[in-house]
Amino acid sequence: MAEPSSPARPRDAAINTGLGRVLLFVYGIFALSASARATVQIATKFAEAPLAYVLSAAAAVIYIAATVGLAIGGRRGRLIALTSCTIELIGVLVVGTLSIGDKAAFPDATVWSGYGSGYGYVPLVLPMVGLWWLWRHRER
Amino acid sequence: MNGPLSVVTIVAALALAIWCLARAGLNRAPSRFDLAAAMALSVLVAALVLVAVAGLFDGSRPSETGTFIGYLITTIAFVPAGIVLARMEPTRWGSLILGVACLVLPVLVLRLQQIASVTGG
Repeated sequence: MAEPSSPARPRDAAINTGLGRVLLFVYGIFALSASARATVQIATKFAEAPLAYVLSAAAAVIYIAATVGLAIGGRRGRLIALTSCTIELIGVLVVGTLSIGDKAAFPDATVWSGYGSGYGYVPLVLPMVGLWWLWRHRER
Repeated sequence: MNGPLSVVTIVAALALAIWCLARAGLNRAPSRFDLAAAMALSVLVAALVLVAVAGLFDGSRPSETGTFIGYLITTIAFVPAGIVLARMEPTRWGSLILGVACLVLPVLVLRLQQIASVTGG
């Protein structure tokens, strides 16, 4: 088992490598599942909970933007990812709080309901990891 | 959809997930064995999806057929997508990608079973 450990990461490495690629994968999963969920909800039962479904769609757009930002990398990709991770963190905190406090407005679940409890709280943790990663790779 | 094949798939995926996460924890890049195991898992998943597709033509369809088909496409493409990304990342993070892919796959299979169990309508 003379396997080499992976070498130390250079400080100027691109944001879409290393842990960034794991983030890209997880964001991709969420982009796909959130947009699929929003599409089904809006197509089949929009009248039941319009606010929740519009939020579902908004969340989907944010996840797609974050995925694209992480994928293209560079200054522009970093800015896109930074913006979408920030909106995402605010979104999960606000929607999470509202969905617990005001059940009438959220009769049906979104990705962010209950701070993302339906998705193992990954929607809550993901933007924090994303922002930490982007902060670690800030320009200096 | 609820047969032994899905149980085997879920158990295999979880076992491989633990293995890959441990490899990531030990700072190891995906080895040829890891990638081959993930490919074997993909073959298992492909068989499961083919059985499910065959099931669509023998009468009782899930009431949410569109969602079901969406999940089938996602499920069959999921581990291969993880393998492609893991191969681009020959570091511990590549092992983590494989681990995450194998960890999420059982969820997809369980959701498929859930959707398949609601038929008619």
